[in-house]
Amino acid sequence: MKLSDLFIKANNELEKDGLRPRSRKITCKKCQNLVSVSKIRKNNFICPECGYYFSVRARRRILMLTDKRSFVEIDAEMESRNILDFPGYEEKISAAIEKSREKEGVICGTATIDGRKICIFSMDSNFMMGSMGAVVGEKITRLFEYATHNSLPVLGVTVSGGARMQEGMISLMQMSKVSAAVKRHSNKGNLYIVLLTNPTTGGVDASFAMLGDITLAEPGARVGFAGPRVIEKTLNQKLPEDFQRAEKVLECGFIDSIVPRDEQKDFISKILELHTFGNAGREVFNG
Amino acid sequence: MDDYEIVLGARGENRLTALNFIDLVVTDFIELHGDRLYGDDKAIVGGIGKVGNMPVTVIGVEKGKSLEQRIEHNFGSAQPEGYRKALRLMKQAEKFHRPILIFVDTAGAFCGIDAEEHGQGRAIADNLFEMSDLKTPILSIVIGEGGSGGALALSHSDRIWMMEDAYFSVVSPESCANILWKTTDRAYEAANALSLTAPKLYQLGIIDRICRQDSVVNLPEEIFAELEELRKKPVSMLVEERYMKFRKIGY
Repeated sequence: MKLSDLFIKANNELEKDGLRPRSRKITCKKCQNLVSVSKIRKNNFICPECGYYFSVRARRRILMLTDKRSFVEIDAEMESRNILDFPGYEEKISAAIEKSREKEGVICGTATIDGRKICIFSMDSNFMMGSMGAVVGEKITRLFEYATHNSLPVLGVTVSGGARMQEGMISLMQMSKVSAAVKRHSNKGNLYIVLLTNPTTGGVDASFAMLGDITLAEPGARVGFAGPRVIEKTLNQKLPEDFQRAEKVLECGFIDSIVPRDEQKDFISKILELHTFGNAGREVFNG
Repeated sequence: MDDYEIVLGARGENRLTALNFIDLVVTDFIELHGDRLYGDDKAIVGGIGKVGNMPVTVIGVEKGKSLEQRIEHNFGSAQPEGYRKALRLMKQAEKFHRPILIFVDTAGAFCGIDAEEHGQGRAIADNLFEMSDLKTPILSIVIGEGGSGGALALSHSDRIWMMEDAYFSVVSPESCANILWKTTDRAYEAANALSLTAPKLYQLGIIDRICRQDSVVNLPEEIFAELEELRKKPVSMLVEERYMKFRKIGY
């Protein structure tokens, strides 16, 4: 792979806004200022002017959270098929592959954080809004099983609109499948850290995104079960500004800490360090 | 009947509700209330009773029949408190080695500001997490609507049965059509595409039995036989088979 390809891959979000990756400046969605692309990139995809968080592709996210060159991908080749023969699904998959330059909506593997080995999964909003179908469910399940077998912690970065409609009940059942694998991982005394990013909703929120031992979130991330428009329609009233925002969800008791992007790696590293003492006692504790 | 008619039929007001099924199947029913955390959600009814001579824990999503009852039961859409109440009763069943029988009939988990702020997502997730390794048999029967995550939260079971005219879906056909084609007029098409009927789900290996409406009187015996069989399995085997049941779906 050429260096320029890597550059393009890493800048998918900026491309998404209709800008060529090599353009020098883009307009920030929030403050409308013209900001240099290289500055945004150096700033962890945060607008240097107003602090707006651009969304980050799954692969870039892994690079941001783990040690350089430590990531080894697992199950990279798995691809979705149209199990139910749902109209238009193949086209959607092809478009998603092109847009995300990934084969599916989650990337899994092992890596180290300050030298400590972990399993990591990272979802990609560019692949059908990070929706969970059979492949996403299977990849995350396999990762948890691998982590259980090898007594490794799991770090999960979530972004998702929920279960993937085009796979019907098969996608809904992935919620059960992954949750069961998380339970087994947990039963063996292994650590699971979740980093909720914008947005984490629907079936992903109602399963493995809410099952972490420690639940972190990015500032301002939307975290919730039902879509805000659905709720507005059901209740026929406008929702408060902070509704389903990470800050509010923390206040309600469902998030441990909101961690700014540039502090996330160190924060997670510290959590890992606090879970490495006295592993010898683990067997006794877990009977 | 086509698939969309089945969905509409499953929402019909003259159907048997969970309490009717409890009446039919369970004797000596004692209702138990509350989640011990915040409140008592009447969308979920639960308690203890007997199937044949076997003590069971029974849980149902109740829609109510009259308008008054429907309002009281929030039209069968549970708040997080409802799922937590169900989980409390299931944990209790585990403690006393009672099989669990669940009647599912919900358009979906309630969506509202309170529901979100009380952690609807977490409540559903917790049920999936805990049910996956509950050390007692669980049988879920979808008797009408199986609406998405709200229904799944009561269906992480050893056996999932469905009434022949019930549906179980990841999303309502109307929402699906609205999201994909920007119109609810094509809900009919969405219903067909979603594979949400009992025969289709049986074929996909997602449910284990289709129950016929005209032989509903046999249900107590069938349930007893199934629970008896599950109860005889060593617990480790029961839990392992439950894990594999969901593990194999989809890939």
